[in-house]
Amino acid sequence: MSLLANQELFSALADPTRRSIIELLANNGQMSATEIFDNFDLTNPAVSQHLRVLREAELVQMEKSAQKHLYRLNAKTMHSLEDWIKQTTQHWDERFEQLDGVLEAEKRKTQKKGR
Amino acid sequence: MSKNKTKVIVEPGKQEFFIIREFDAPRELVFKAFTDPKLYVQWLGPRRMKMELEKFEPRTGGMWRYHHTDPEGNRYSFHGVNHEILYPERLIDTFEFENMPEKGHVSLETARFEELPGGRTKLTVQSIFQTVADRDGMAGGGMEKGVSEGFERLDELLEKTRTMVKA
Repeated sequence: MSLLANQELFSALADPTRRSIIELLANNGQMSATEIFDNFDLTNPAVSQHLRVLREAELVQMEKSAQKHLYRLNAKTMHSLEDWIKQTTQHWDERFEQLDGVLEAEKRKTQKKGR
Repeated sequence: MSKNKTKVIVEPGKQEFFIIREFDAPRELVFKAFTDPKLYVQWLGPRRMKMELEKFEPRTGGMWRYHHTDPEGNRYSFHGVNHEILYPERLIDTFEFENMPEKGHVSLETARFEELPGGRTKLTVQSIFQTVADRDGMAGGGMEKGVSEGFERLDELLEKTRTMVKA
């Protein structure tokens, strides 16, 4: 999956309830829909709706087992998200390390002039 | 010299991102590195790319345009207008990546330079985009071709080696 193509991902993450669901799943591994419902003061359909958005954004995966809907994080998407932040930070880090070098060189020049 | 860490703040669903970094140099000097073409050209480009500053008018209302060329010969061009150059505390400019499939995806960049004790400087760059999608493409370094393919390859690799991740 190309993360850049998955623009739903970021709007899915913009909602605090959906972020809580992700945290729950990160801590518990796998949870049934009922177990997830129990963690929120919202109606079950409201939570279901959030789960649907998360599923469409490929942030969570759902599996039907007997009468249960079992949810867990989609590890692949989670990794992309981590990488995306890492990539951005690296890009700027590299740039600023070069800037550090330029600043050091400039400081030495000014010191020489001041003498 | 202690290592200064770059902080990137990208909140989901927003049209902006922030880059925050401290430098072991006085504010006037950091500002100079952003406005003196001889210095600017030395640090702006990614290491593996050739940097060419075609136009650089570091004054309010001035224009800028530069190109990065990678070892394979692909050229990436950027241009904009300096909305405000306020020595030594603030720079505001527009920013457009020319290799986008369509024109008009412009962002507004503000760089703020704050004086810190001990001759140090804190830089905060804020970029505001027209849409969340524009930001998400640009913030991820998606302006450089091959990044999304890179993601895909990395994903495959990660999937093979790890199965679960903490959010």
